[in-house]
Amino acid sequence: MKVGIPKETAQGERRVAATPDTAKRLQKLGFAVVVQSGAGAAASFSDAAYRAAGCEVVEDAATVWQCDVVAKVRPPVAEEIAAMRSGATVISFIYPAQNRELLELCARHGVTTIAMDAVPRITRAQKLDALSSMANIAGYRAVIEAAHQFGRFFTGQITAAGKVPPAKVLVIGAGVAGLAAIGAARGLGAVVRAFDTRPVVKEQVESMGAEFLELEFAEDGTGEGGYAKVMSPEFIAAEMALFKAQAEEVDIIITTALIPGRPAPLLIKTEHVEGMRPGSVIIDMAAEQGGNCELCRPGEIVDHGGVKIVGYTDLPSRLPAQASQLYGTNVAHLLDDLGGAANYKIDLEDEVVRGATVVHAGECIWPPPKKDPPPAPPPAAKAALVVAGGHKKAEGGKSNPTWLAIAGLALLALGLGAPPSFLSHFTVFVLAIFVGWQVIWNVAPALHTPLMSVTNAISGIIIIGGMLQISGPPSSATVLLGAVAILVATINIAGGFLVTQRMLQMFRR
Amino acid sequence: MSDSLVTVAYIAASALFILSLGGLSNQETARRGNLYGILGMVIALVATAARADVTGYGMLAVSILPGAVIGAFLASRVAMTSMPELVAVLHSFVGLAAVLVGFASYLGPDPGLHGVEATIHQVEIYIGIFVGAITFTGSIIAFGKLRGLIGGKPLLLPARHGLNAGMVLGSVGLGVPFLSAGHELTAAGLPVGLTPLLVMTALACLIGVHMVMAIGGADMPVVVSMLNSYSGWAAAAAGFMLSNDLLIVTGALVGSSGAILSYVMCAAMNRSFISVILGGFGTDGGSSSSSSAATPEGKVTSVEVAEVVELLRDAASVIIIPGYGMAVAQAQHSLSEVVKILRKKGKNVRFAIHPVAGRLPGHMNVLLAEANVPYDIVLEMDEINEDFTDTDVVLVIGANDIVNPSALEDPGSPIAGMPVLECWKAQKTIVMKRSMGTGYAGVENPLFFKENTDMLFGDAKKNVDAILSSLRG
Repeated sequence: MKVGIPKETAQGERRVAATPDTAKRLQKLGFAVVVQSGAGAAASFSDAAYRAAGCEVVEDAATVWQCDVVAKVRPPVAEEIAAMRSGATVISFIYPAQNRELLELCARHGVTTIAMDAVPRITRAQKLDALSSMANIAGYRAVIEAAHQFGRFFTGQITAAGKVPPAKVLVIGAGVAGLAAIGAARGLGAVVRAFDTRPVVKEQVESMGAEFLELEFAEDGTGEGGYAKVMSPEFIAAEMALFKAQAEEVDIIITTALIPGRPAPLLIKTEHVEGMRPGSVIIDMAAEQGGNCELCRPGEIVDHGGVKIVGYTDLPSRLPAQASQLYGTNVAHLLDDLGGAANYKIDLEDEVVRGATVVHAGECIWPPPKKDPPPAPPPAAKAALVVAGGHKKAEGGKSNPTWLAIAGLALLALGLGAPPSFLSHFTVFVLAIFVGWQVIWNVAPALHTPLMSVTNAISGIIIIGGMLQISGPPSSATVLLGAVAILVATINIAGGFLVTQRMLQMFRR
Repeated sequence: MSDSLVTVAYIAASALFILSLGGLSNQETARRGNLYGILGMVIALVATAARADVTGYGMLAVSILPGAVIGAFLASRVAMTSMPELVAVLHSFVGLAAVLVGFASYLGPDPGLHGVEATIHQVEIYIGIFVGAITFTGSIIAFGKLRGLIGGKPLLLPARHGLNAGMVLGSVGLGVPFLSAGHELTAAGLPVGLTPLLVMTALACLIGVHMVMAIGGADMPVVVSMLNSYSGWAAAAAGFMLSNDLLIVTGALVGSSGAILSYVMCAAMNRSFISVILGGFGTDGGSSSSSSAATPEGKVTSVEVAEVVELLRDAASVIIIPGYGMAVAQAQHSLSEVVKILRKKGKNVRFAIHPVAGRLPGHMNVLLAEANVPYDIVLEMDEINEDFTDTDVVLVIGANDIVNPSALEDPGSPIAGMPVLECWKAQKTIVMKRSMGTGYAGVENPLFFKENTDMLFGDAKKNVDAILSSLRG
């Protein structure tokens, strides 16, 4: 079977669907690879390099499009589909929601279409998740673009010529792209903060070394497939206030907020931009979907009162060699999942293949039937947690004074009724409980068994009770009872201490 | 010996006991701590024996020597897997001693007490015997359950809460005739209060039996630590009746120690102390959830020993999670050898211990220590739970509920909210188990169905031995 790699025709696109390296992977899977001449040129992969990797390099596009499988980056155009054989497969980004016509065209030509952007976002499919690969690159590149536009260092320095404060970066949206941006900005030495409507990403943000900004507001923005959902108006108002305050403080804002199937949410308004210091930079990674910033224009850099708003929509393509390598690897993994050349089969029973295949056997089969949502409902868990938390608080608030009052009354009653001899013992008793409480909490959990046996041994101190009873006539009941008490308490003392010693001998480093 | 000297000796003994418990804060000082305890005990015994009012040395020798011999014999013979039984039986002795001391004290009254003091003395005796009797029979039942003499299943009598409450009320009620009797004697020369005292003792014994019978096998860590606590309170009560501060201090120390252990165990199962003591797992609220958690998605992959060995060879970091099943199969010695080999190859091998693994707090640590596993690679849940993400292979040996992800993921699960070892975050998890049966809580474990989990069925000892021999070969 032949896999064809055509040259990308979209303007400004520098990526290619296979590098010499990933072409080798494809050959290992049993495919012959046909590359159009110059396909990798923009990504610094020469024809010679492809030849050296065992690929066939051809001049004309038509030969490539005649292959059994054609892999590319951008969605194919009508002429390209027309040039394909019926029953062949095309693999690329498709954006099926926006490209219904393309799907129908593919169906008419009998071309099986696999959309790399429709791969289900489940654990098993991570290795072919091209959206994540590209988002990772875009996040990195966004920081590089910001640094390029920004007139100062990212890292703080103290030099002979004076002190340089570190740049402050705010990342809005902590998905794959956001996290990559956080990592890159941290790597350059900036102080990074991040915001996301999904509280679950807090840990990830903090693990990348950024501060997670939180609203005093309990609403979980976790939606389907790892994306966020639309939030309530109250939440958005609180969010706006936060962004306004942050805009006045930070030097660079990187926005990556997207909600699937909707225009990008408007997060940075003109007034926010005007609140920023001149020289600040906004990188709007959602520019293609309308932008998170009100002033953003896709593909352009806007200068608004000294603040630059970058709306590049081709960030991954600006790192062509890296993007091609990762995308090519994703494609190779997909072809591996399809059975390689030997057992090549579009298996619609497979959840991953079913999700990614948008046209098959002349039929448009997108969107895939929804699977039953998993039985664990996170909102319920959340609610339960909140309820439990509230309950606990209420309980603690109520019971504490009550218990204190009861304890106080009991002490008062004791003070009124009990003789001094009892009270002196009682003092010792209460203090000993507190000492015990303090001491025991320090015991290592690993030593809990020895702790039990040693307390066993020392509670054998009750032997003293027996010893004080045995000094009467040997046949009296008191003496006999005392003697038996001594007997069992001694077993306890001897057994407890010795077994503790035996156990402790075993603990070795 | 003068009274002042005795008191000073008691103060020294109390201080030594506190130091002894303090010494257990880590492994290096633990042995010295135990020696402090022994020293304190010797000082206390010698001082007591030297008191002017103790003269029955013959009787003392006759009762103390056999006790010491029996104790030493038990301590040197007990297998580490049987530690829970030994601890339980020792608790019962403390309880029994408290009951005996209480009766002896009642039958040989101190003539110097009058009015309120005499009444308080009687209340102390009454409480001491009550707590002692519960400890005594409760520990014996716990011993029987741990030993397997009595079935591990909870015995759930109808209206058992009412029964318990009734018996407690009855015991309190019997206190009235007991106290009002004072020290009047019957025609036979016995105190009138003896009858209600004996009846109450019988009731308390029944409470002890019934309470522990209602608690299932895996809740034993809580029960044993609770009985540990009771034995302390019994000793403290004896201290009050004898006006002996040393007994009071020691009893309070032991009592709070047991209380803390119970608390730790309950927190580790996310259950309230009350619900454990009332017995019967999941009898309230658990039924609704069983349907939702019944059939986890995915399929179970079973592997052979050879594949596990291959995985271990390739892994750079390994975490082993032992459970009670490891102790039952006696697999810890072979496991220790496996760990030794893996560590020699430069792999990072560690153990993760859940607080309720085993049948006694800290039981797994003792078993691993006995098998020569160095204690610094045996870590607590809180210390290691975050490391699973960076771990290549996790071996789960004879554990179930403590690695059940539904505790975190399914709010309807009977074990929801219980902290668990999050082994599924590792690259690969191997579960060694005899069969697909559920754990103590009777909950399906979705871990077994996860894609990165493989099952190695069969006897843990045989499988670990097989892994060991192929690692050697």
